[in-house]
Formats: sequence, structure tokens, C-alpha cells
Amino acid sequence: MRHVISVSVDNEPGVLSRVTGLFSGRGFNIESLCVAPTIDPDVSHITLVTTGNEMIIEQIIKQLRKLINVIKVVDLTATEHVEREMALVKVKAEDRQRAEVLRIADIFRCRVVDVSPASYTLEITGTTEKLNAVLGLLKTIGIQEVVRSGSLAIQRSRKD
Amino acid sequence: MKMTGSQIFLKCLEREGVKHIFGFPGGVVLDIYDELTRAPFIKHILVRHEQGAAHAADGYARASGKVGVCLVTSGPGATNTVSGIASAYMDSIPIVVFTGQVPTPLIGNDAFQEVDIVGITRPCTKHNYLVKDVKDLARIIHEAFHIARTGRPGPVLVDLPKDVVQGVTTPKFPEQIRIKSYNPNYHANPKQIKKALELILKAQRPVIYAGGGVILSKASEELTKFAEALQIPVTTTLMGLGGFPAPHSLWLGMLGMHGTYYANMSVHHCDVLIAVGSRFDDRVTGKIEEFAPHAKIIHIDIDPTSISKNVVVDIPIVGDCQDALSQLNALAAEHLPRELSQAHRAWLAQIDQWKKEHPLTYDRNSGDLKPQFVVEKLYELTQGNAIISTEVGQNQMWAAQFYPIRHPNRWLSSGGLGCMGYGFPAALGAQVACPDDIVIDIAGDGSIQMNIQELATAVEYDLPVKVAILNNGYLGMVRQWQQLFYERRYSFTPMVSPDFVKLAEAYGALGLRAEKPSEVEAVIREALNTRKPVLMDFRVAPEECVLPMVPAGAPMHKMLLT
Repeated sequence: MRHVISVSVDNEPGVLSRVTGLFSGRGFNIESLCVAPTIDPDVSHITLVTTGNEMIIEQIIKQLRKLINVIKVVDLTATEHVEREMALVKVKAEDRQRAEVLRIADIFRCRVVDVSPASYTLEITGTTEKLNAVLGLLKTIGIQEVVRSGSLAIQRSRKD
Repeated sequence: MKMTGSQIFLKCLEREGVKHIFGFPGGVVLDIYDELTRAPFIKHILVRHEQGAAHAADGYARASGKVGVCLVTSGPGATNTVSGIASAYMDSIPIVVFTGQVPTPLIGNDAFQEVDIVGITRPCTKHNYLVKDVKDLARIIHEAFHIARTGRPGPVLVDLPKDVVQGVTTPKFPEQIRIKSYNPNYHANPKQIKKALELILKAQRPVIYAGGGVILSKASEELTKFAEALQIPVTTTLMGLGGFPAPHSLWLGMLGMHGTYYANMSVHHCDVLIAVGSRFDDRVTGKIEEFAPHAKIIHIDIDPTSISKNVVVDIPIVGDCQDALSQLNALAAEHLPRELSQAHRAWLAQIDQWKKEHPLTYDRNSGDLKPQFVVEKLYELTQGNAIISTEVGQNQMWAAQFYPIRHPNRWLSSGGLGCMGYGFPAALGAQVACPDDIVIDIAGDGSIQMNIQELATAVEYDLPVKVAILNNGYLGMVRQWQQLFYERRYSFTPMVSPDFVKLAEAYGALGLRAEKPSEVEAVIREALNTRKPVLMDFRVAPEECVLPMVPAGAPMHKMLLT
């Protein structure tokens, strides 16, 4: 099963390598990984997507907690959370296709961030499923290049 | 007051109570070595290879219960310690390894004797540090010792660039330690303890399976008290030997691949298995799906990652073994004295029956010099009072089987990593920690040669370690597998060795040899009466096998007995 895990770590050199080394050393899989400093400059935040059965996920979480530089680990999958991913995609757009690309961009609330006579570059934000849907449609027109950020996720606030 | 990095380094060691360092100098640690000449409170032992330094620090830590320390130079000095660090990591032994590093401006430039030792040892240390600023040095060293000795102990490496060691600052030596993300949980949850005891009191066929955690947490007294109070038989892992006072009526010996018949049968048939400070290693469990198939499992361990890693556990207890066992003892006291159930008595009788049917044994009447006989004689002539270290392979298993260990910290063996070449330098470390004890390395002719150069260290520092080489002319354990599973094709296991007696003499040690059973006692007596290092060359039966044996991947009750 797919799990989204949120990890707070010391913002120090080598910490990311401790985290990824834990995965590679134990044969666990990382589907995506997003890292950046938080508002506290001493702390970085990692959003990590991985897959595995219950026992593997339990091991991953415990092993992460065991690292000295890891401050907090939360498995967001078990809680209400918001998840977003971003992609930048360069689509072939000539003649009649130029309008079609813009229509798709409009339907999915993408932004055009770069234009050339033969292509558009779109910025797409949404869930992983939404990104997959848009990329599926654009593929039929012709994708020249695509880069994805990997998932970011945050716990929903309590409503009461 | 302003101090240099190397002065701060030594001041920190003094504050941590370090009395001995095992090390080997080199270019980037020259300043520290220079400062050592002005540090009378620390005795430095010059090894002959850095792997020896790491193993010696490990043996020192196991025998003394304190943190072992080694100091080496950058590059090859650092990489040579890696096997020793990995071995300490697998066995949760607290050591701190200081490595020199090229000056910070050169890091990453492929400088002379540069290696990314922090990167290399990341997966085999509990934690490691590269010190980039002399201002951080005192704090980092304090943290390194704290991390090494607390929680589930383990090796910590501190990499010291030359310019940091030469740097000058007014140091602040931290009194207290605060690492916000490191707070090991020592206190076991009383609710879980209560649940566990309820299960244990209802058990008809209970067994305790104890590991190295019992030694590390100094819990053997509590363990013995608990086992005796509730009449629960105890087996230990290789790492747990000494955690329960063998021999004892409740003692089952070691379990696992070369465990006793009765230990493995007891674990296979038990209805409640109490795992204490052990980690369900594959050499213990055999075929994991069929391990203790009828048992509810209670698992006490300070490391949450050990729990439910290989085997799903019914009652997990995260905490220090000593804390958990003393809580269990206090709670159990309310139920004492207690009449054993009919089923429980039948269980103890069944185990006695198993002990009678298949005791640990070997052919005593062959007339050949058997390795087991040598180990038994060592036990007899030292009255079981020696500190025993082992190399890895057949010698290690025979030592575990035929030299019952009565007390904790008297058994040193590379359990998890199975690192050949461990035993001799570890024995030197133990001898440094315990100068008045008899320390014996039970070795094979193969593994002793992996760190034989440390004989020079033993002679130089007058460390009277006794090495008993069970010399069968083979890499014996591999040969045994070839005999049993590869139709006796002895691929590169026959091995030519030097004349160990002459070798010992060349180093300035004493060399002795026994080729017949009748010569063994005299050789051991002479070795024990000699106040210097001794190599004993026992020419044992070449094709003797370690038995019983659970073939790899088989369930534990399917043992080869002959």
C-alpha cells in the first residue's frame, strides 16, 4: 500500500543521505521525496512517499525515528491530509494543436509559464491522480519533457 | 582559556573517564599524538593494524562495560577500522572511533589519504560526525560518548580534520546533554508488563530466550531471579552467553543453528516464549515461518525497530531489559510462593528427558585429539573462570557449547557480523580492561591468521593472553558445509599454516603444541602458569563437525545430530 510519510529532520549536511541510505540499505522503495527547510532554519522537512505492507511500513517509521537527526515522523496516510504535487511539462504545440493544449490547460487550471512557436510549457498542480490524468491527455498531443516535484502533504487542521 | 583542538580532544577524553585508547598514528593525527605525550592519564596501546584497534576497543567495552576508544589516521587508517565498527554495530557494543581527516579546505579534493569515512560508515555506526569547527569539538565528543553508551548501545565515529585539531578556541565543556531527537525509552510500560505476566502465569510450557541485551543492560541478576521464581527454563543466544549462570538446572544452553537439541526442542514446543534483549536473528530462528509455532511471544527490547521486525510479537515491551525484568519480578512476587501446575511440571520433566536423550557430546573414545576435548580441558583447568573470546567458525561454536559461561562480560564473540580475526585483538582489549583475569582466545588456524600481527602488541604491552588454536588444517566451518551440502568438494578450505610455535617465539611469545589427547593438560597448565602471551597449537581431528546443526533454512526442530 502507498504511504505518505512526513519527516522533520535537523537541517544539516548528510541528513538526507542518512534517510535515503536507510531505504536503500534495507531494500525499501522510495516513490518520491520532497525536501526543503521549514520556517525554523535549523529544521528541514521531508515528505516521502513509499509502498509496502504493514510490517514494512512499521519498520520504515521505526527506523526513521531511530536516526539521531530525525525529530518527528508522522504517517499521514492514517490521518486526514492534503496532498499536492506539481509538474512542469513542455508540450508540442503547432498549428491547430496550440488551441487544444490551451483548452486542456484551462480545463485543469494549469498555467502557461513559457511559450515558443512550437511548444507551450505548462505548470500543473494537484493530486498525483490529477497530474496523471493531464499528462495522459497531453501525451496524445506530444510531450517533449516533463519534470515532477513528488508529493507534498500536510495534515488537515481539526475542524471542531 | 584558549586551547588547541588536540588539547580539547584529550581534555574531553579525560572528562569521559577514558583510561585507554587503542590506536595507530599517521599524518593528520600528528598533533593529537604529540599532545598524548603530555597526557599521563591516558594509556595508548599501539596496535599493528587498525582493524585490531577497533576489535580491541570492542573487547575492552564488552569485558569492562565501559566505552571502548580508538584513534586512527585518515584514509587507510580509517577504512581499516570498518570491519571492527560493523562488528560492534551488529552486536550493539559501545565504542567511539576517532579518525583523522584531511584539512577542511581539502575535503572532497581527493587529497592524499582522504576518504569519506563518514559516508562509508553511515550504515554501520549508530551515529557519526564530521567536526567542521573546533568550537563544536567538545560538544560533539560529549554527544558521541553519550550516544554510544545509552539506549541500544553502538559504535559512534568522529572524523577530525587536521585544521580543526590545530584550531584554537576557548572551549565550553558541556555539563549536560540535550539532543532533541534522541531520548531512548528505558522505562517499560507497566500495562504491558502486567499483560505479559498474566500470560506467563497462565503458560503451561514457558521458555525464556535471552540475548545480548541482558548483558548490555546488566540484567542477568534480575533474569535469574525471574526464571527461578517462576521456574522457567532459559536459553540464550550466542550474544547472551553469560547472561544466565551456566550450568544451572533451568539452563538449556544456546539455541539456534548450533544450539543444543533441548534448547531448540523447547523453543519449538513452548506455548509462551519470552524474548529478552534478543532480535530473532536468522541463525536463531531457522525457517522463520516455523519458529516457535505454538507460542505466544513476549518481546522485551530497548530498540523499537527490533520488535516485530522478523517475527510478529503478541506482547511488545519497549524498554531496558533490567527495568522490565525488575518490574516483572516485583509484580510476580505478589503471586509467590506458587504451586506449579501439572502441565508446567510435565514440561520441565519433558525438557529433562530431552537433555538425557541428546546431551551435547562428541566421540570421546576415538583416540583422536578432539577440539571439544580441548575446550572442555580449558574449562576444567581454569575452573570456568577465564574471560573467553573466540574467533569465528567452528572454534566459536565449540567454545559456546563446551565452555559454559557463568557471568556476564566474560564472553566476547563477533555474533552478528561473524568477523574472522575478531577474537585475538578483542582478547587484548579485555586483558587491558581486566589485567588480573585469565583471558583466552579460542581460535582456529584460519581466523587467528587474520589478525596474527597483534602478537607484537601483546608482547610489547605484556598482555598475557592465551590463544588456543584448534588447528585442523581447514577453514573448518566452510569445510563442514562442503562436506554436508556440497558432496565433500573441499574448494579452497584446506589451508597451509605457519609453524605456530616458531611464530610465537619469533614474536617473543611462548609457543606450545599438543598432538595427542594426553598432551593437552600439560600444555594448558604450562600456558596458564606463564606470565606472557602464549600460542597453543592443538592439532585436532581435521574433519570434526559442529553438531547439532540446523541446516540453513530448515525449521529448528529438524536438527542433524550425528
